[in-house]
Amino acid sequence: MTESENNVLVEIKDLHVHFHLAEGIVRAVDGVDLTIRRRQTLGIVGESGCGKSITALSLLRLVPPPGRIERGEILYYRPARANGNMVDVVNITALDPRGREIRDIRGNQISMVFQEPMTAMSPVRTVGQQIMEAIILHQKVSKAEARERAIEMLARVKIPKPEQVIDDFPFQLSGGMRQRAVIAMALSCHPHLLIADEPTTALDVTTEAQILDLMRSLQRELGMAIMYITHNLGVVAEMAEEVAVMYLGRVVEQTDVKTIFLNPLHPYTRGLLASIPHLDESIVRSDRKRRLQMIQGMVPDPYSRLRGCTFHPRCPDFIAGLCDQAEPPNVAVGSGHLVRCHLYAK
Amino acid sequence: MPDPERRSQSNLDEPLLEIKDLKKYFPIRRGFFKRVVGHVKAVDDVDLYVMEGETLGLVGESGCGKTTTGRCVLRAIEPTSGQIWFRDPNLGRVDICQLTKEQVRQVRRNVRMIFQDPYASLNPRMTLLDIVGAPLRAMGIARGKELEDRVAEMLRLVGLRPEYMRRYPHAFSGGQRQRIGLARALAPYPRFVVCDEPVSALDVSVQAQILNLLKDLQEQMGLTYLFIAHDLSVVAHISDRVAVMYVGKVVELAPTAELFVSPKHPYTEALMSAIPRPDPRPREKRILLTGEVASPANPPSGCYFHPRCSYAADICRTDEPAFEEVSPGHYVKCHFGRELSLTGAIRVPSLDV
Repeated sequence: MTESENNVLVEIKDLHVHFHLAEGIVRAVDGVDLTIRRRQTLGIVGESGCGKSITALSLLRLVPPPGRIERGEILYYRPARANGNMVDVVNITALDPRGREIRDIRGNQISMVFQEPMTAMSPVRTVGQQIMEAIILHQKVSKAEARERAIEMLARVKIPKPEQVIDDFPFQLSGGMRQRAVIAMALSCHPHLLIADEPTTALDVTTEAQILDLMRSLQRELGMAIMYITHNLGVVAEMAEEVAVMYLGRVVEQTDVKTIFLNPLHPYTRGLLASIPHLDESIVRSDRKRRLQMIQGMVPDPYSRLRGCTFHPRCPDFIAGLCDQAEPPNVAVGSGHLVRCHLYAK
Repeated sequence: MPDPERRSQSNLDEPLLEIKDLKKYFPIRRGFFKRVVGHVKAVDDVDLYVMEGETLGLVGESGCGKTTTGRCVLRAIEPTSGQIWFRDPNLGRVDICQLTKEQVRQVRRNVRMIFQDPYASLNPRMTLLDIVGAPLRAMGIARGKELEDRVAEMLRLVGLRPEYMRRYPHAFSGGQRQRIGLARALAPYPRFVVCDEPVSALDVSVQAQILNLLKDLQEQMGLTYLFIAHDLSVVAHISDRVAVMYVGKVVELAPTAELFVSPKHPYTEALMSAIPRPDPRPREKRILLTGEVASPANPPSGCYFHPRCSYAADICRTDEPAFEEVSPGHYVKCHFGRELSLTGAIRVPSLDV
């Protein structure tokens, strides 16, 4: 096994997740390929309905019915606890979603932080009980020791007076503190991978800045990988090393964070970047009639199935007869820069 | 369509809307007899003015009172005290707080509101014709065929097809619903629109469409906006001037470029430092605020921001600072507003963007 392969933690290959509804089939995830490396942050960007959350839930086998993983593999290169070099490969898609094996991974080796800190915690149990639950389930420790560890985790996420907060109920904490507690819960078993699904979207900017800073320093301390899902391009620029842009269940472009902002290639990525107001430009060019560029049209109805490239009805570089007919190939343009677009096909 | 130049007839130096010492306290009630044990000071002594044809951005974190201020302007909630002067084309210059019910109805022809959540703000059992036509019917502006024509015109204006008139809101996406809300707000040809987070529930690509539409309509109809938002990039894009609120008070008010280049209040500085930038290049160390936003039910003494402020001195703990003009059009509520040199969201405007 080579050095670079050794670094891979999770590999998603051609993942398809479909929802069979009375109105038709929704292809929420329609052929996603992604690689998450150890100790790195992969940012996943896209608008609502692009399949970014469903991709994340597939990793934990938590796709809600009637959703089903139809096809594809999720390979988890599990580092042995004691010896980091020993790796065994688990195909997550092949596991029983209620089985012992996935339950050993879920919340322990791969854990997740959700968007709404209000709904991610049970309102009738204390913060401590909820953190200790994960510790007792996955580690062979006594209750007293679990409590000790829970307090330690709360201190780690910089909650003031953790000995007191541990006996508080979630409603007694502010939004920012609650999100810290949720992060403490997710990290209590020192996971290899943390999936963060829009963890700061519900928070104010100054609180968001605190949480982002906290997540970065915890990542350095604990050496975990992060899969960071967001629609906010600014947050991605700060958090991620590698970025994947999703549109309608597919990854349309994937590369490192610098390239995605400085040299985006896919017309959707470019449209997305052009449509956000840039502070500097708003101020410097104080021309009142200045308009934002926009992507024409809107995301098509989820039941329809478009031929060819799914972005073609909105694409400014649309080539008639090609884009609406043939499926675009996944083109490698430079090292580690993948674009799913006919424009770059050789 | 009204003439966008209709404002020229009136006095241009006078603000279209002027808010003076506005207060809104919500009582906290406890016990069997619902005794009032305290007040949440949601809006506490707010002073603002909006000139005709401009956009005033109102920013701040959740709970700072920006929405409450917007709602008071419409008398959607009753202000506790203060004055809101509005130059109404029919009634003349009136204090919205003192109007009778009937007069409020008349003023609402000219002062309208757009809401944040496009899913919650449209009645699912009404067709677009009923939704957009409702203000016209209620104010006796149009009925029958005339009403239909006006609704068709409004739908066309916001970029929707008039044939959709008989459909229900569920058939539309978030962005389209926000256009419907906009058509309803603009149907009586108002002069002043309170936009309460109109794009924060939308995806980025749709957000750009709605922001452009708001700008175009402002141009075409000669509108004045009070634009409430928490996203500073959006506010910088659309506003001529920006007011920053913290725990019920306006702490800084300045022309947009000046505020973003040289803020004078430490809270504004921290807020700007926290904006996530879509730029992967490393940047200077950001200012991380410690602690939490003060509670409006039990605010700290002196300057409300002092427990989190890195520049705080003794005077900040005891005396509340005044809201002073430090340079033309730039107001700050800070004891050291004239002395501090703070970092803005962008450095000196360089043109090599």
